Amino acid sequence: MATVTQKQQLFGHAPSNHYLDASHGVMSWIFTLDHKRIAIMYMYGVIASLFLAGIFALVLRTELYTTKEWFLTSAQYNQMFTLHGAVMVFLFIIPSVPAIIGNFVLPMMLGAKDVAFPRLNLASLWLYWLGGIFFIVVLATTQLDTGWTFYTPYSTSKSNTNVIAATMGAFILGFSSIFTGLNFIVTINTMRPKGMTWFRMPLLLWGLYSTSIIQVLATPVLGITLLLLIVERTLKLGIFDPNYGGDPLLYQHFFWFYSHPAVYIMILPAMGVVSEMLAVHCRKEVFGYKFIAMSSVAIALIGFLVWGHHLFTSGQSDLTSLVFSAITFSVAVPSAVKVFNWLCTMYRGDINLSTPMLYVMSFIFLFGIGGLTGLWLGALSTDIPLHDTYFVVAHFHYVMVGGTMTALLGGLFHWWPKFSGRMYNEPLGKLFCFFVFVGFNLTFFPQFIMGSLGMPRRYHEYAEIYQIYHQASTWGAYTLGIGIFGAVMVLVYAWFFGRKASGNPWGAATLEWQCSSPPSFHNFEHRVIVSEPYDFASVVYDESVDGYVPVIPKRETTPNQQPATVPH
Amino acid sequence: MATTKVERDEYSALVDLEHNHEHDHAPFIAHHFYTAEQQFDSGKLGIWLFLVTEVLFFGGLFVAYIIYRYNRPEVFVDAHHHLDTLLGGLNTIVLLFSSLTMAWGVRAAQLGDNKTTAISVLITMVCAALFLGVKAVEYSHKWDLGLLPGDMFSYDPHAHHAHHMISNYLVMLCIPFAVILVATLIAAVLNLNTGKVLIGRFYGGLAITMLGFFAGVLVGVLWMAGAASEESHGSDAHAAVATDATARLVSFEVDDAAAKTPATTEASTTDAAATTPAVEHPVDKKLGVFFSIYYCMTGLHAVHIIGGIIALSWIFYRSLAAHWRSDYFGPVDYVGLYWHLVDLIWIYLFPLMYLIR
Ligand SMILES: [Cu+2]
Repeated sequence: MATVTQKQQLFGHAPSNHYLDASHGVMSWIFTLDHKRIAIMYMYGVIASLFLAGIFALVLRTELYTTKEWFLTSAQYNQMFTLHGAVMVFLFIIPSVPAIIGNFVLPMMLGAKDVAFPRLNLASLWLYWLGGIFFIVVLATTQLDTGWTFYTPYSTSKSNTNVIAATMGAFILGFSSIFTGLNFIVTINTMRPKGMTWFRMPLLLWGLYSTSIIQVLATPVLGITLLLLIVERTLKLGIFDPNYGGDPLLYQHFFWFYSHPAVYIMILPAMGVVSEMLAVHCRKEVFGYKFIAMSSVAIALIGFLVWGHHLFTSGQSDLTSLVFSAITFSVAVPSAVKVFNWLCTMYRGDINLSTPMLYVMSFIFLFGIGGLTGLWLGALSTDIPLHDTYFVVAHFHYVMVGGTMTALLGGLFHWWPKFSGRMYNEPLGKLFCFFVFVGFNLTFFPQFIMGSLGMPRRYHEYAEIYQIYHQASTWGAYTLGIGIFGAVMVLVYAWFFGRKASGNPWGAATLEWQCSSPPSFHNFEHRVIVSEPYDFASVVYDESVDGYVPVIPKRETTPNQQPATVPH
Repeated sequence: MATTKVERDEYSALVDLEHNHEHDHAPFIAHHFYTAEQQFDSGKLGIWLFLVTEVLFFGGLFVAYIIYRYNRPEVFVDAHHHLDTLLGGLNTIVLLFSSLTMAWGVRAAQLGDNKTTAISVLITMVCAALFLGVKAVEYSHKWDLGLLPGDMFSYDPHAHHAHHMISNYLVMLCIPFAVILVATLIAAVLNLNTGKVLIGRFYGGLAITMLGFFAGVLVGVLWMAGAASEESHGSDAHAAVATDATARLVSFEVDDAAAKTPATTEASTTDAAATTPAVEHPVDKKLGVFFSIYYCMTGLHAVHIIGGIIALSWIFYRSLAAHWRSDYFGPVDYVGLYWHLVDLIWIYLFPLMYLIR
């Protein structure tokens, strides 16, 4: 019989009855309403999709090692890059940060017991699985060769592949995304306990809130677009297909009205994750909290007005292109505000070079390159030659993979003690982070160079002069693959064999660290003490729990000073 | 770890307060909410956001409508003559009335009057089904004439259309409703006989709803039959206008194509023969686009009506079970809001489709 103090019970390693232990059996997971378990199940799907699409990427890169056709025919090559893109976009990157980290920590950061609609949350998860099944059907049948964008008329009347199953899958995944966004907005609006004001919310919540706004406002348009595409292909409607009197440009407008904001669905939560980790691992209050918070909202709103930059060469009018180009440049401003604030937070901070911090620094570097190269593509004159070259491929991989995936991996390391109750192996974590960073740059930086030299995207044979860049890129892809695989293995090992973690091993001040590790079913077994999210004086190291515990604010029951005159 | 003994310290105060807080939890409040207001507000915000997504979902179709109407106004003007304004107007009135009964039901639920809520919701369901019945007649009539979307459009204004009283398509559309009608009737009778009043009444309500569908079908068929007999006497201006307009469009198309062809063919004497294959279905693509948009918009709306009936039957069941009280009526309110939106979308669809000038 052991004796623990109340403090250890609340803020230490969970003694028993935590969320992983609350009930047992497969059914207790499939039908769970607990946001934490739902997050874990999303994680399985998202990581599996990452590996699947990652393998496709390695196959593509291997094929591209030689200038001529090697082991993939051009048709197979088309199918391979289409599924790589579609799985990465719809099954990996859009759900990644909100569905895993968002689901797990959002209610706890707020100080709530769960999201507002736990059943809707479970429905989102099931829809995610259902959408995934459609992609498996595509994979098992005739595959898909339209590119992840499903441009008409190729997708409606030319392609012989399973376009309907793929678009149906994307349609269903869209609803999964809408429901998650809706749930998060309502949760943040109505589930905040007393003391948790809007401007006391951690920046991740601002990022998730902005993301959710986009999910709710943009994804329905994708839904109707894909639905029309399916009907167009089956009934020959003549809305998108010029063979029947339709307008393919209308499809492009509809598609990018969603898919450009979707870029911010991918990056905004990642930026939130970075803001959290940065503050904690620099032990310094975030510089310009309100600017970071408001820039998320600004990016979300301006992001709705720039979709036309994907149609610069599609035949839209010059004036339209000009306007879209100008608005595109204006999105750079709030993005730059964030980078500036992050750098200022690091400046003279007490930087702890832990694995999450290394991912944060990679993020800032890679996102910086990705963002700046976007300016070349947003400018009309330079976009014409760079359009549809590897420069574009490198640009969006720098933003999405260098940005979002890096933040996701860093976030998993950062919150892994909370997810699993265990610490990961720090040296190995750093080692594989190094692999990810080097491998990533080796893969995609040469693509900027060959893109600017004119190497078009989506070709599986190419001229001699590009071979050196392609080969470097292929070596980089393998290095990156080792890095990602290794990082995931470090986490898996920690889940089972890691050192037990306390409730707050990093000394963070946000509320999710006031739960035990792993948290109990209700998250908090006590009344939460709401303080400023980055006030690191509000927690203090305590040896008995091997971690940080919140300081109970002193409450004065009598005035400090005797009033000068006693009122009558 | 059940043997772990917890020693109290200065952090105990945090725990005790929480425990005192847990007790005053009414049974209808979910575990993760603190108060009834918090739960109600969450649901209300949630349903409003859902309605926003619905508006955007339909928004794509409205944009498509605007673009194609702007590009081809003459097609829209001509094609709309094929729609029956009277049946559309009847459906508009039915939906408006159902919104009234829905609002009535919400008010009754707020007062805790479960019986009135049940009756109002049931009337709303019957109206919804009646709407679908009329719609089924409209759809099947158009399919008979070949007024189909896009490339399938095969309407021939010069062909003589035999007017069947009951179209095969209509029978097919009626089958699922007839099956549900029979099943719910049997279930209602069985349950009521065995004393299961609640579930029996629920099935009875569903059966009445299905009867509403057939009432709609009956009204539609009778009206169509009346219109057809008038037309055969040559006095129906409506159908005549539609036929004339389409014929005009066809001949215009043929002229257009014929005018272009000589430039590309050497022998202008074989003009007619050369153009025949090219203008085999000259009108299809143009009028077909109108019907593409018509079927997409009204079809998606009909799907929402069906979804509404399902949601309303859930509310109907809970009203029979007397779940509503003055501090708990959220679900009625939420489904009501959804129903008003479905109604509102029709209020836009009706003039945009049926009343084009
Ligand atoms: Cu874009």
